[in-house]
Amino acid sequence: MLTLPIYLDNNATTPLDPRVLETMIPYFTQKFGNAASRNHAFGWHAEEAVDYAREQIAALINCSPKEIIFTSGATESDNLAIKGVFEMYASKGNHIITATTEHKAVLDTCKHIEKLGGKVTYLPVNAEGLIDLKQLEEAITDKTILISIMYANNEVGVIQPICEISALAKKRGILFFTDATQAVGKIPVDVEADGIDLMAFSAHKMYGPKGVGALYVRRKNPRVKVTAQMDGGGHERGMRSGTLNVPGIVGLGKACELARQEMEADTARISAMRDRLERELLTIEESYVNGSREHRLPHVSNISFKYVEGEGLMMGVKDLAVSSGSACTSASLEPSYVLKALGLSDDLAHSSLRFGLSRFTTDEEVDFAINHVKEAVAKLREMSPLWEMFKEGIDLNSIEWAEH
Amino acid sequence: MAYSDKVIDHYNNPRNVGTLDKAKNNVGTGLVGAPECGDVMRLQIEVDENQVITDAKFKTFGCGSAIASSSLATEWLKGKTVDEALAIDNMDIVEELALPPVKIHCSVLAEDAIKSAINDYRVKNGLPALELPKSHH
Repeated sequence: MLTLPIYLDNNATTPLDPRVLETMIPYFTQKFGNAASRNHAFGWHAEEAVDYAREQIAALINCSPKEIIFTSGATESDNLAIKGVFEMYASKGNHIITATTEHKAVLDTCKHIEKLGGKVTYLPVNAEGLIDLKQLEEAITDKTILISIMYANNEVGVIQPICEISALAKKRGILFFTDATQAVGKIPVDVEADGIDLMAFSAHKMYGPKGVGALYVRRKNPRVKVTAQMDGGGHERGMRSGTLNVPGIVGLGKACELARQEMEADTARISAMRDRLERELLTIEESYVNGSREHRLPHVSNISFKYVEGEGLMMGVKDLAVSSGSACTSASLEPSYVLKALGLSDDLAHSSLRFGLSRFTTDEEVDFAINHVKEAVAKLREMSPLWEMFKEGIDLNSIEWAEH
Repeated sequence: MAYSDKVIDHYNNPRNVGTLDKAKNNVGTGLVGAPECGDVMRLQIEVDENQVITDAKFKTFGCGSAIASSSLATEWLKGKTVDEALAIDNMDIVEELALPPVKIHCSVLAEDAIKSAINDYRVKNGLPALELPKSHH
């Protein structure tokens, strides 16, 4: 039985795995202690649970449990990593290198750094969405203290050459931070093999709860420190004050454990469904995949359906929860900056849909989605003047469009 | 953002989708918007010898509100004289479709499309083009 609407927006957030919820429940009402309470059993139970979660997380990303700093989510982790390094290593330099397709939590934090007098280089990406390593190397100065490049992109799923970036950073004695929110729990992420110094991720993108995330901070080779961005009780080795969100942390731990155990099987199943969805949707005339298909997360597909507008299309596929690169609802009317950074023209960016599958997506749902999208695209093209012009062989670039 | 029932109705059952013969002298065509902005509307009117709009068709590339605005416009145009059609104001469309502030530009585009179609008809028939106020943008 299909339940509508079908959720295919798993890059925005994932449903909580019922097994994660089950693990969390006792920590709300029974084992509700403050993990920082050292003088009674309630506190000890909470601390034990947090320590166990640290181990579960460490096992997934191959680090020491001591290297995990709990936060409220990836946005906070991004802020803490970038601002924290900028402050901590101020005597070394003030230059940060990032990329134009980063999440706003990184880009806006970098803008803040610029206001503080820091220098930031925003690397472009190619049509596949990948940065150029040569450009990265050329951007490095003797003032560069941090390279911040995301592991995998949230809109197109493109995976950056993490090992090559970290090798370059290491060679030049620069710290490497990666926002791995979309990658951790979905693909193998190993901070040792990948040479990562700092890494942000969150629970709710991998079937855990919202409101909890972590920052991995390397303790050896080199020992990395970040300046706390919030003053308080000095929790998390002084890097992040605030009473620990014990149920959330327990949930993050369990989500990591499940990811570690089930990633291989999940990926095989999900990527087969994604490939089928994509193959079928590409049979629609004038449809294009955005971003690299080779270096890509297994559950994401971002497709532009030329001559139909994304928001109109989303209304047509009302039984699917997806997202669009069109930003018709925003006051700016600007389409996705990520798609534009890939070199897509505005009209193609306006025509895109992002499909994000999950552990819970079924073949039946994919079948439904394929038909639903095909029908909606056909219907909208019937009423699209651009489609009619295209069919008549009119070059749309030859028309002088009125700007508005 | 939730759409109003009227927008949904026009989106699901668009009125007067189609194409009139733009080569005919009594057909006026307005093509407004730009693909880069995510909205393009083409609105066409067919006018009889008494200056009455006997047929109206549209095709729109855009969001649900843009489709609904142009669909509604064609409904309103049919049976009106050209002069009456000129009096259609974008705020009438906003009101009828209960468009939220971020979607007002869709109604503006529909009004522009109506006026642009009328001007095309006028010029074809030897009448001077009307000065169109561009105050909305």
